[in-house]
This record gives sequence, structure tokens and C-alpha cells, in this order.
Amino acid sequence: MANGIFSVATGIAILGLLLASVRLAKGPWAVDRIVALDAMTIIATSLIVAFAVFSGRRIYVDVAMVYGLVGFAGVVAFARYLEGGL
Amino acid sequence: MAEILGACISLVGAVFFLLSAIGLLRMPDAFTRMQTGTKATTLGSILFLIGIGVMRPDYLGRTVLLAGFIALTNPVSSNALARAAHGFRKRLGARLEPDALAADEPIAASAPQEAEHGD
Repeated sequence: MANGIFSVATGIAILGLLLASVRLAKGPWAVDRIVALDAMTIIATSLIVAFAVFSGRRIYVDVAMVYGLVGFAGVVAFARYLEGGL
Repeated sequence: MAEILGACISLVGAVFFLLSAIGLLRMPDAFTRMQTGTKATTLGSILFLIGIGVMRPDYLGRTVLLAGFIALTNPVSSNALARAAHGFRKRLGARLEPDALAADEPIAASAPQEAEHGD
């Protein structure tokens, strides 16, 4: 029961990741693409934790933490580059 | 029972992810896309991670830490993105009627020329 509900939740999150990647592909300006990349980073961080639950290995939660850190740094670096401050 | 409760909390968070992605597709300009793409994913990831922590109590400490980390860093990246998008506001076609940043800062007023030069 709980595993079924959690599988549905993971499927909905993967669907959200795919829809955000549509905006990443066709966003008219660079800012739109970076906004979509930011949303995809957050969704992917949560999906790595979901993968940790499915595989039963707690090390993937640490992987998700490092991925969140790197994604945050990447989005801030892209934003500073667009602003002209990098 | 706690497992089903945690899975339901995760399901609500995943629905917020889906709503955020639909908002990214349907919103008309970059600033409104930024609003759905950062606020809704922040709430969705907090609910998703807390739900996993309720479902598996041995994961709870790290997922709460990760949720707090996302809640702290996502507004910062959103703010940096909004300042970057403000430099392109003429080309983005967004309606910015009360524009306090353009009125306040001479740096922000000179940013579009630099950005167009850099392209």
C-alpha cells in the first residue's frame, strides 16, 4: 500500500521533470531556460532521495545533498553570468 | 500506518512538482515562470522529503537537513535569477509597472547595455 502510493508519487515527480525539460528545450530566452533548470535541479534532488528509498541504500541521500549544493552553485553562477558580473 | 501517512505526504509534494512544471509551461513571461518554478518546487520538495522521512524514520534526520538546505538556498538562487532577468526586462516583454529596482539603482539601469554587448 505505502509502496504503491510512493511509486505513484515518484511517477508524478518524473512527469513534472519531463514537463520542465520541455520549457528547458523551447524557452525563448536564456532566463527561461535557467528557471526550468533550477526547477529540474530541485525535482532531481528529491528523486535521488526517492531512489535511495527504492534501492534501500542510505548513501544516496548524501549524493542528493551534494547534487543540491552543486545545482544551487550552478544556477547562481549562470545568473551572475547573465547579469554581467562574472 | 506511518508508512501510508508518509507516502501520502510525498504524493502531495509530487503533485506540487507537477503543478510547478505545468506553471513553467503555461505562464506568459519569465518573471511569472520564476515564481512558479521556485516557490512551488520549494514547497513540493519540502513535503516530498518530509514524507520520505515519515515513511522511513532512519532517513528522517538527513531528509530534514536536505529540506532545510533547499528552503534556504532556493530563494537565494531565485533572487539572483530575478536580478539577472531584470537586466533583460525590455526584451523579455514582461509588464513591470511598479519597478522599484530600476528607480533605485543606477547600476541596474546600465546593466542592459553591458548584457547586450556581452551576447
